[in-house]
Amino acid sequence: MEYLIIVFGAIFVNNIVLNQFLGICPFLGVSNKVSTGIGMTGAVTFVMAIATMVTYLIQHYVLIPLGITYLQTISYILIIAALVQMVEIILKKVSRPLYQALGVYLPLITTNCAILGVAILVIQNDFNLIESVIFAISNALGFGLALVIFSGIREHMDLIDIPKGMKGVPMALVIAGLLSMAFMGFAGLV
Amino acid sequence: MSNLQNFTKGFFKENAVFVQLLGMCPTLGVTSTAINGLGMGLATTFVLLMSNVVISLVKNFIPDKVRIPAFIVIIASFVTVVDLVMAGYLPDLHEQLGLFIPLIVVNCIVLGRAEAFASKHAVVSSMLDGLGMGLGFSMALLMLGSLREILGSLSLFGFKFVEADGILLFILPPGAFLALGFLIAFINHLRKTA
Repeated sequence: MEYLIIVFGAIFVNNIVLNQFLGICPFLGVSNKVSTGIGMTGAVTFVMAIATMVTYLIQHYVLIPLGITYLQTISYILIIAALVQMVEIILKKVSRPLYQALGVYLPLITTNCAILGVAILVIQNDFNLIESVIFAISNALGFGLALVIFSGIREHMDLIDIPKGMKGVPMALVIAGLLSMAFMGFAGLV
Repeated sequence: MSNLQNFTKGFFKENAVFVQLLGMCPTLGVTSTAINGLGMGLATTFVLLMSNVVISLVKNFIPDKVRIPAFIVIIASFVTVVDLVMAGYLPDLHEQLGLFIPLIVVNCIVLGRAEAFASKHAVVSSMLDGLGMGLGFSMALLMLGSLREILGSLSLFGFKFVEADGILLFILPPGAFLALGFLIAFINHLRKTA
C-alpha cells in the first residue's frame, strides 16, 4: 500500500514536469513526435533508476559516514555524468537494438535536471533503498506520461492557424499550462 | 565585439529566457513571487560570474577531452558555496527556493556560457558576459515573478495593493506555464515590430 501511494503520488499528484517543473528542457525540446517521446521516456527511466540507486548508496555509505555531505551536489552530478557515459558504452556492447532505440537520447540526459532533482528529493524524503528506486521509476513514468500526451497534442498543433507571435514555444507553454491544470484534478488524492 | 556589447547582449539580444529559451526549470519553478524570482536570479548570476571568470583563467590548463567534466566541477563548487551561504544568512529564501538551488548546476545557461564563451575569451570579457547574462536572467525572472504575484495575489514584493483575492491560478503551477507563454509571445511581438 505504501508503495502504491508513492507510485500514484509521483505519476499523477506531484507530476515531475507539470507540477514540480523538473525536466522542462527535454519536455519542450523532444516533444514534436510521439515516437521520440517514447524513446526519451525509456532512456530517462533507465538512467533515473540506476542513478538514484547509486547516489543513494553513495550518500549513505560514503558521504554520511565520512561527514562530507556538503559535497552532495558535486559528487552527484559527477556520478550522473559518468553513469550516463557508462550506460551508453555498456548498452552498445550488450544490447544493440536497445542502444539503437535509446542511444541518441542518452547524452541529452546528463543535463536533464529531473535526474539530479529526483536523486536529491529521495534523500530529502528519507526513503529507503527500495522506496527510492520505486520513486525514481514512477517519476520517470510520470515524465513519460506528460511527454507522450504533450507530444500527441503538439503533432496536431502544426495544422492549426494561430497568431504569429504565439507560434512555437509560447503556444507549447500554454498547452503545458492547460495540461498542468488537468493534472491538478488529482490534487489531494494522496 | 566590444566589452559594452558583451555586457548588454544578455539583456535583450541574447536574453537567456526570452530569446534562447534556456534555464526553463528555475524560471517556471521559483517565480511564484517577485522576491523569489529575484533571489534565484541573483544566485544564478553569482555562479555564472564566478564560473566564467575561473574557467576563463584556467582554460589553457584543461585538456580538451575532459573540459566538460572540469567545467561541471568548477560550476558545482560555486553552487555549493551559494547553497551554504544562503542556508546560513537567508534561511527563509533558501527554504522557498529549496531544490532549485542545487539544480543551478544543471542550468543550461551556466554550462552554455562556459562552453560557448568563457572557454574562448579573455577574463574581462568573460566576466562581463557572465554578469550581463546573469542580470538578464534575473530581469526575466523578476518580470515573470512580478507578473504572477500581481495577478495571483494582488501584491508586489509582499505589499498588498487591494484587500481582495487575486486569480489564484497564477500562483499555482499552471499559472507559471500560462504566464511565461504569454510573456514570450508579447516579447516576440515587440521584437518583430521593433
